[in-house]
Amino acid sequence: MRLWKYTFPTILLTLAAGSALAAGGDMGQVEKQALNIPAIIMFLVFVAATLGITYWAAQRTKTAKDFYAAGGGITGFQNGLAIAGDYMSAASFLGISGLVFLNGYDGLIFSVGWLVGWPIIMFLIAEQLRNLGKYTYADVVSYRFERVPMRSLAATAALVVVVLYLIGQMVGAGKLIQVLFGLDYVYAVIIVGVLIIMYVTFGGMLATTWVQIIKAGLLLFGATIIAFGALYFASDGTMSPERMFQKAVEIHPKKDAIMGPGALVSDPIEAISLGLALMFGTAGLPHILMRFFTVGNAIEARKSVFYATGWIGYFYILTFLMGFGAIVLLTGHPEFADPAAIGGIKGGQNMAAVNLATAVGGNLLLGFISAVAFATILAVVSGLTLAGASAISHDLYANVFAHGNVNEQQEIRMSKIATVVLGIIAILLGIAFEKQNIAYLVALTFSVAASANFPILLMSIYYGKMTTRGALIGGWLGLISATTLVIIGPTVWKEILQLGDPIFPYKYPAFISMTVAFLGIWIGSMLDTSERAKLEHAAFEAQDVRCQTGIGAEGASSH
Amino acid sequence: MQQDLVHAIKSNPKYHELVSKRSKFAWSMSILMLVIYYAFILVVAYDKPLLATPLWAGATMTIGIPVGVAVIVSAFVLTGIYIQRANSVFDRLTREIKEEVL
Repeated sequence: MRLWKYTFPTILLTLAAGSALAAGGDMGQVEKQALNIPAIIMFLVFVAATLGITYWAAQRTKTAKDFYAAGGGITGFQNGLAIAGDYMSAASFLGISGLVFLNGYDGLIFSVGWLVGWPIIMFLIAEQLRNLGKYTYADVVSYRFERVPMRSLAATAALVVVVLYLIGQMVGAGKLIQVLFGLDYVYAVIIVGVLIIMYVTFGGMLATTWVQIIKAGLLLFGATIIAFGALYFASDGTMSPERMFQKAVEIHPKKDAIMGPGALVSDPIEAISLGLALMFGTAGLPHILMRFFTVGNAIEARKSVFYATGWIGYFYILTFLMGFGAIVLLTGHPEFADPAAIGGIKGGQNMAAVNLATAVGGNLLLGFISAVAFATILAVVSGLTLAGASAISHDLYANVFAHGNVNEQQEIRMSKIATVVLGIIAILLGIAFEKQNIAYLVALTFSVAASANFPILLMSIYYGKMTTRGALIGGWLGLISATTLVIIGPTVWKEILQLGDPIFPYKYPAFISMTVAFLGIWIGSMLDTSERAKLEHAAFEAQDVRCQTGIGAEGASSH
Repeated sequence: MQQDLVHAIKSNPKYHELVSKRSKFAWSMSILMLVIYYAFILVVAYDKPLLATPLWAGATMTIGIPVGVAVIVSAFVLTGIYIQRANSVFDRLTREIKEEVL
């Protein structure tokens, strides 16, 4: 990696200088915080450490298997932490604690929904995915089907999810960094983009994995300190949640309404649909599914979900404590007050956890948690970028356009080009969506993942009578119906486009779009009497044997 | 995979034991998770006051809080139960099948 040797020190210096300069630059806007020195130092330490890891990983990333799957040598425990690092986004850290701060109990309903998909992934998908696939979930859904159309469908659905998720992450990153570090929005977005391009192009999956592991460790550590510190102070040193809840109810404008479910879930159909999207959407996120190829075998894949579920569940309990701690420790304290912002605190509800860090541990803890929040964004964005780049290079380039006639080096080169292009696209989208309302993106991302990616994946593993035609009909219908229903639904049609009453009354369309997808697969397959369909039925036997026993599955690489 | 190997495995009674035991267990566990989760969500949707009931007379803590935390913990416990059974039963059967046919 000659190129790396020359560019590494330069880039590091430029970044350090750039962030210092940018931080001291335009400070005119109200939302921006003053220069946060401890945060910037801790952030630079994190960046230096992760770039060091990237350098180490780059020397170990030679084959396609290294690049996409870290050589298959990650252990179940490590992968569990990396999955947690990939999944616990800044949105869930800041968003859920902010939601609890604002509405109390309702925040817990979201956490629960985001967690319960994990056991399902373990019981039905994780081991099967590992036994059948190589680098991407598209390997599994094209296993016994016609390669070109199935890969195109799977890669398109993957890219749609990745890009939607990226927009949310980049806009969140820009705004968060603006508030935390006093950096200009555009600089913040560019720094994120440049860093993830470096992690992914040079260090591939190995660097991405370790960035996610470190971030998960830091986030769990920081959140533990804030949550239990807040519980300590909010309960007058008794550590009694009951005491904290009493004080929260006294001080919160909604009084004891915060102790039970509120307006978040009112319509039963909306509730069921939201549940479907959160639960099965998780099982259709390409950057999460990709993580299962980094472990050596199905046993490790299963173990990784066990650890991931434990860490993520623990983390959600912490966010709940943080939300209530924030109600007690921030409300009515003038140093955190900002009457103009949502929730009446500086930076609005989403900054509840950050302000709480200051209340619990002063400027040092604030600096630490700011750096962790930034690290969180980097970890999630690099996972997404790698998943997107793999869909482009492994699925579209190598298998669709070149029909498998490319060598490994060409494929790796293409995936690096794709990474750079995606990184630049992420920066541009981040800038373009700065002033947009991106609240609908979560609904859309999880609905698409649950309605397109998840049905074709589940059915290709379990439904022996599925044919290429059925999968294409169901998959495309799921993708198109989920997207269309979100657009004509309340969030986009009414709130963003302001076209009056929405044509489709529900925010989360998964109960319709998932049904459409599964019915499409089933009916399309049943009515398919082509010769091709007969071959596909026959091929299920061998696929199922490999899926069940792991005989013939991709092994870990030799080094 | 070669066709004769596929047939050798498929005609092995242990393979059938593995497939039927695992799929029965995996689907039951998935349905159990769905039932737990949807029971929670439907109570949230239909009977909010139930979850807002104080845990004991005079308490601020409501029933909803331990229930919500229990759903989170149940997700983790279910994955633990699955691991336990997979490590003892499914992995042993898989190993035996491999020893017999390979």
